[in-house]
Amino acid sequence: MTATTVTLKIDGLEVTVPEGTTILKAAKDNGIIIPTLCNLEGLSPYGGCRLCLVEISGSPKLFPACITPVSSGMEVTTQSERLTEYRKMAVQMLLAERTHICSVCVANDHCELQSLANQLGVDHVLFERNWTRLEIDSSHDFLVIDRNRCILCTRCLRVCDEIEGVHTLDLKLRGKDAQVIMDLDEHWGNSCSCTSCRKCAKVCPVGAIYIEGEPVSHTKHKDIAEFITERRQRKWKQ
Amino acid sequence: METVEKTRVATIWLSGCSGCHMSFLDQDELLIDLAKKIKLVYSPIADVKVFPENVDVTLIEGAVANEEQLSLLKRARERTKILISLGDCAVTGNVTALRNTWENSDQAVLQRAYIENAQVKQQIPTDVPKVLKKVHPLHEVVKVDYFIPGCPPSAALINYVVTELLAGRTPNMEGRSKYG
Ligand code: SF4
Ligand code: SF4
Ligand code: SF4
Ligand code: FES
Repeated sequence: MTATTVTLKIDGLEVTVPEGTTILKAAKDNGIIIPTLCNLEGLSPYGGCRLCLVEISGSPKLFPACITPVSSGMEVTTQSERLTEYRKMAVQMLLAERTHICSVCVANDHCELQSLANQLGVDHVLFERNWTRLEIDSSHDFLVIDRNRCILCTRCLRVCDEIEGVHTLDLKLRGKDAQVIMDLDEHWGNSCSCTSCRKCAKVCPVGAIYIEGEPVSHTKHKDIAEFITERRQRKWKQ
Repeated sequence: METVEKTRVATIWLSGCSGCHMSFLDQDELLIDLAKKIKLVYSPIADVKVFPENVDVTLIEGAVANEEQLSLLKRARERTKILISLGDCAVTGNVTALRNTWENSDQAVLQRAYIENAQVKQQIPTDVPKVLKKVHPLHEVVKVDYFIPGCPPSAALINYVVTELLAGRTPNMEGRSKYG
C-alpha cells in the first residue's frame, strides 16, 4: 500500500509528507523546530497552549501547528516577528495565570515553561499576576501536585488515560479556574484507581506534579509516552 | 590629570535579602576598575540620606512592599536616566511577593511575623512605614530600562551590564537572561 503524500512549503523549504500529518510533525521531520508546550509525542494532540502558532499564506489567522493537518500547496511560516510576539505573550499569560516563583520551585532550571521564556527572551511579565492559592495535595505516598504551578496542558491527563490506561486524572471547573483532580475529586492518597506509575510526574512540563524527595531533573522524562507507544507497536517482531 | 566626568551611579535596597548587593560586591577586583569610572552617589554602602538629582544609572534590588519604598522608587525614577531591576525580587517580586497569595496580605503578614511567630512581646509595630496591600516588582510601578535576573544575579552578569552601560553601549541580554 502506498500512502498518499502531500507537498507543501515550510519556511520556504519544499517538503513531502504523508497525508494527515500535522504541520508540527512535518516541520520536525524536516529539521524545523516549532516551540510547543502542551504537545507531546506519543499522546493525542490537545492544542491548548498556543505556543506552536504558525502563519499560513492566504489567511490572516494563526494556526496551531500541533493540530492543523498539512494540505497540498500550503505555504507555512514558523518564524516571524508577529509569531514571536504572540509566543512571548502566551508565555507571559501562563506565568501570570498562577503563582510561579522559580527560585523556590522544585523545577527551577528544569522547567519547560521557564526555558521557553528564556528562549523567547521573556525576562519579565507585563501582565498583572493572579497570585493563586490553590490546594497543594501531598496525601499520596510520594506524588505531589501543586496546582499553583499547573499550566493546564493536560499532558498528565492524557498520559494517565492513553498510556497507563486508568484515567485517574481529570479536570474540574473551567477556564482559568480549572484544576487537575484525582478520581471524583478525591485526595490523591485516597484514589482507588491510581497505580502510582509516576508517568504524570514524568511528563508534567513544569513543577506542578513531582515526586517527593526526588530531584525533578531525575523525574522528568517526557519521551516516555513516545517510547511506550513505539514499544507497543512491537516493531521488532515485524 | 583625569578630567573625564565620572558616571553617577546609585544602588537601592528595597525588599530583598541584600544578596544582590553582595553579588555586586562580589565583583571583587573589578570593583577597583569600576571605582575609577563611577561616583557612587547613593547606596546602602554609602552614607547618603537623600536620593540625589542627576543620577546616570540606578540599580535597584528588591520588590516594592511599603509606602516609603514606593516613594523612594518614584523619586529615583524621576532623577535617574537608566533604571535597572537588579535580581528576581525586583524583576518578579520573587519570595518577597509570596505573601500576595494571602487574603489581606498587608495585615496578615504583620500578624504572622509580630503576633503568631513572636515568642516575646507580641505587638504590631506602629512607627514603621505602611505596608502595601500587595508586593510589586519594579516595572509595575515605574518604567524599567533593564532587567538583570537571578537570585542573586551573578557578579559577572552585573559587571557585564554596568561595564557596557559605562562604555555607552546597550547590553545584549540575549542568552544571558533567565526568567525567575
Ligand atoms: S513551574 Fe517553572 S515557571 Fe513555574 S515556578 Fe517552577 S520553574 Fe518557574
Ligand atoms: S501515577 Fe500513573 S496512574 Fe497515578 S495519576 Fe499518575 S499517571 Fe495516573
Ligand atoms: S499538572 Fe502538569 S502535566 Fe498536568 S495539566 Fe498541570 S502542568 Fe500539565
Ligand atoms: S503545542 Fe500546539 S497548542 Fe500547545
